[in-house]
Amino acid sequence: MIKFFLMVNKQGQTRLSRYYEHVEIHKRTMLEAEVIKNCLSRSKEQCSFIEYKDFKLVYRQYAALFIVVGISETENEMAVYELIHNFVEVLDRYFSRVSELDIMFNLDRVHIILDEMVLNGCIGETNKNRILAPLFVLDKVAES
Amino acid sequence: MGDPLMTLPELIRGVRGARTQELVQRECARIRGAIRTGDPQAGTTNLTKLLYIHLLGYPAHFGQMECLKLLASPQFHQKRIGYLGAALLLDERQDAHLLLTNSIKNDLAHPSPCVQGLALACLGCLGSAGMCRDLVGEVQRLAGDALAPMRRKAVACAVHMVRKVPELSDIFVPVCDRLLKEHSQGLLHGTLLLITEMCERRPDVLNHFRKAVPRVVEILHNLEVSGYSLEHSIMGVSNPFLQVRALRLLRVLGQGSEEASEAMNDTLAQVAMNTETSHNVGSAVLYETVLTITAVHSAPGLRVLAVNILGRFLLSRDRNIRSVALMSLLRLVRVDQSALQRHRATVLACLRDPDPSIHRRALDLSLALMTGANVRTMTQELLGFLETCPPAMKPPCASGLLFAAERFAPNKRWHIDTMLQVLTMAGSSVPDNAVSRLIQLIVGAGELHPYIVRRLYGALACDISQVEEGQVPALLERVLQSHLSLPPTRALALTALMKLSTRLPGDIDRIRRIVSVFGSCHDIELQQRAVEYNALFRKYDHLRASVLEKMPLVRAEEEEGAEVVAPGGQKRAPFSTAQEEPSQVADLLDLLGGPPADPLVPAGSDTPVAESLLDLLEDVTTAPPIPPLRVWEGDGLRLDFAFQRPPADPHLLLITASASRTQPGTTSGFLLQAAVPKALQVQLEAPSGTSVPGPDGAPLSQQLRVRNPGQAPLRMRLRLAYTPPAGVPVQETLEINDFPAAAWQ
Repeated sequence: MIKFFLMVNKQGQTRLSRYYEHVEIHKRTMLEAEVIKNCLSRSKEQCSFIEYKDFKLVYRQYAALFIVVGISETENEMAVYELIHNFVEVLDRYFSRVSELDIMFNLDRVHIILDEMVLNGCIGETNKNRILAPLFVLDKVAES
Repeated sequence: MGDPLMTLPELIRGVRGARTQELVQRECARIRGAIRTGDPQAGTTNLTKLLYIHLLGYPAHFGQMECLKLLASPQFHQKRIGYLGAALLLDERQDAHLLLTNSIKNDLAHPSPCVQGLALACLGCLGSAGMCRDLVGEVQRLAGDALAPMRRKAVACAVHMVRKVPELSDIFVPVCDRLLKEHSQGLLHGTLLLITEMCERRPDVLNHFRKAVPRVVEILHNLEVSGYSLEHSIMGVSNPFLQVRALRLLRVLGQGSEEASEAMNDTLAQVAMNTETSHNVGSAVLYETVLTITAVHSAPGLRVLAVNILGRFLLSRDRNIRSVALMSLLRLVRVDQSALQRHRATVLACLRDPDPSIHRRALDLSLALMTGANVRTMTQELLGFLETCPPAMKPPCASGLLFAAERFAPNKRWHIDTMLQVLTMAGSSVPDNAVSRLIQLIVGAGELHPYIVRRLYGALACDISQVEEGQVPALLERVLQSHLSLPPTRALALTALMKLSTRLPGDIDRIRRIVSVFGSCHDIELQQRAVEYNALFRKYDHLRASVLEKMPLVRAEEEEGAEVVAPGGQKRAPFSTAQEEPSQVADLLDLLGGPPADPLVPAGSDTPVAESLLDLLEDVTTAPPIPPLRVWEGDGLRLDFAFQRPPADPHLLLITASASRTQPGTTSGFLLQAAVPKALQVQLEAPSGTSVPGPDGAPLSQQLRVRNPGQAPLRMRLRLAYTPPAGVPVQETLEINDFPAAAWQ
C-alpha cells in the first residue's frame, strides 16, 4: 500500500503532503527532510527506487519539483512510477501546463485530484476524464 | 482584529517573503479568534489558510471543530473544505473524531451522489473500528446498487473497513460475487482490490474466491485481446493498472493451490509473451507477471520463461528495470540456482554499471551464483571489481569473496593466492578472522611454503615503498618507521623483528637498536612491547631462544578457544645465506602477538619454558566471578542480570535475565527487548515464558548472549513490556550504563 505522497521542491519546501498512515507532526517534517536529502543526493544514472528504513521510496523529478511516494515492500514499484506520471499528466490537463505556483495556490484542488486517484493508500481511478469530471462540476458550482 | 482577513493567496505570498514565523503566528491567532466568534463567510478561507499552515508543519489542531462545523453545512463548497480539513487534521486519536460519525451517517443518506462520495472518502480514510461497524450496512447498500462512480468509492471504503475489522468481510463477500460480473473497468479494479484484501486476511474467504479464478482469468484475457481503448490505455498497453491488480489477485489465489495455479497457466503465458516492453508500462505489467509466476505452482516451462524475462530486463537500458530485475533474481536464486546460471555473464556486466545501488545487488547475486564449476572465472571478475569499487563496498565484497573461496577452492595454492590478493586489495576492510584463517591455511600447506614466502615478501615490499633491499630487518625497520603503517602493523612488525633475532644472529645489534627506539614511543601498546622485548634482550637473553621458538601448529577446532597462540614464524629472505631451516613458516600477520604479556616471570625449574608459557595463558583466561546486577525494580516487579564469561570464548558474555515479583499477583505478557551500541552484538534466546508469577513461583528467565570483540564498554538499552495484575499494559525503557567492568574487559 502507499504510505505517503509528497511533492517537495529542491529547496526542501513541501508543496503537497498526504499521509495514508498516521505519522506525528514533528516526525513528518523530519521524514520529509530526510527523504528529500536522499533524493537530491542521487545522480541521474541511479534508479528511481530507494530502500529507506522498512519501506521503499519511488521518486520522479519534474523540473524543480520532486514527487516522492513511499510504498510498502509488497507493492509494485513500477506501477507506482506510472501512477506518478499519470498524476502529473492530469494536473497538466487541468491547469494547462502546470507549474509549482499553480500547485501552491490551488492546493485544495490538487488534493481533490489526488483523492480521486489514490484511495486510502491504493490506486483508484486512473482515467483522466473521470478524475477531472467532479472537479469541473465543482468549478461550475463555485462560479455560479 | 483590525485589518480584514487575508485570503489564501495573500497568505502564501506573505509566507514566501521573509519572516515566516511571525506572520504565521499572527495569522493563527487571527484564525483562532475568527473561529471563536463563528464568522460564517470567512469559514472556508480560514480553513484553507489553516491547511496551508498545517502543510508547512505548524500545529493546527484548533481547526478541528471548525472542520466539523463546515462538514455539517448544507453548501457543497463548505462541505468539501470541511471534509478535506477532516482528512488532513483529524485521526483516530483525536477526541473530535467521534463527532464525525453522525455527520457521515447523514451524508451517506444524502440524495446527491457527490456528497455521498465525499462521505465515503472520508470514512475510508478515517473510520475507526467502531464507526466501521456502525456504518457497514450503508456502505454495503451503496456498493450494491448506487450509481457507478459511487459504487467504486463504496468499494474503496469497504477496503478500509475490511482492513480495520476483518470480520466484516462476511458482509462483503456476496457483494463482491455480484460485482465480479460487471464490465466497467473502474468498478472491476475496486472489486479486485477488495477481494485481494479480504483473501489476505481470511483464509476461509480465500477458499471461497478460488472458484473465481476463471472469471479473473477471463478479465485479464479480455484486456489482452481488446486492443486499444481510448480511456484506459497507456502507451499501447490496455489498462495496465487493472492488469497489475488482476495479476496480484491471481498470485494470492494461486499460492498454495495446485488447481487454481493450473487454471491460470495459459493466461500468464499469454500475458508474458504479448506485452511489449518498449516503455515502463509494459515492463511493470511483465514484472508483476513474473512475480506471480514465481509465487504460484506454475509449470516448469513457465518458470523458465519468467527467468528469461528477468534476464532480458537485465539487458535493458532503463536503470529502474535493471535494478528491479536484480532484486527479483536475488529472491529467486535462493529457490532455484541452476536456472539462473545462463544469465551469469549479464549479472557480472552489471558490476560495471554506473549506478552504485545496482552494484550492491549485482554483487550479492554474483556471490550467490558461484558454484564449484565457475569459481575461477567468477573470482577473477570479482577481484577486478574489488580493485575499483568505492570503499563502502569493499567489506561486503571482500568477505563474500573469502567465504566463497573457502567453500569452493579447487586446491590450496589457489585458495591462498586468492586470499592474498583479496587482502592486498581490500586492506583493512577484511573481516577479522580472515587473517587468522590465512595463517592456518599457510601453516597447513607445508609444501607450498617457499612459494608463499616469496609472495608475502613481494606483497609487503610493494605496499610500503619501492625499496629493493634484500635485507629483511631493514624492510621491517622501514615498516616501523613509515608514516603509512598503522599501530597494529607496527606492533606486528616489532614482534616479527623479535622473532627474527633468534634466527639471524648476525643482526642482533641492529634489532636491539630498533626495538629500544620504541621504548619511548607514544603508543602504549608499542611501548609496552618494546620494553618487554628489551628486557628479554638484557636480563633473560638465555631464555630468548626458547621463548621465541616455533609454536605448535594450530588446528581448526582450536580457533574458537582463547588459547590460540599464533604460530611463530620467520621470514625467509631471498638471499641464500639462510641459516634457518626451510620448514619454518613466514608470519607477517601475527595476530595475537608472540610471547604472552609477562616474559619476566622466570621459568625457574627444569620444566621447559614452552610448557609454562601455556600454563600462564590458562591462568590468565579464567576470570573471577562477576557480581550480578539489579537492573530495575518497580510495579511489584524486579529484573536481575547474572553474568558469566565462558573461558572458551573471551569475547562472549552470557547474561541470564530473571524477572520476579515482589508482591503477590501475576504479571502477564512480559516481553524484554535489548539493544547494544554498534560495536557489540546481542542475541536473545527464547524466554522461559511470558508471565511472571508471584513471589513464591519460579522467576521468568531469559538468556542474552553479548558478543564484544573489541572489548568496548558495555551499555545496554532495554525495553520492557508487561501487563500488571491491575490491567493496563505498561512499557518501560531503561538505559543501563553501570555494568561491572569485569563483564566486558
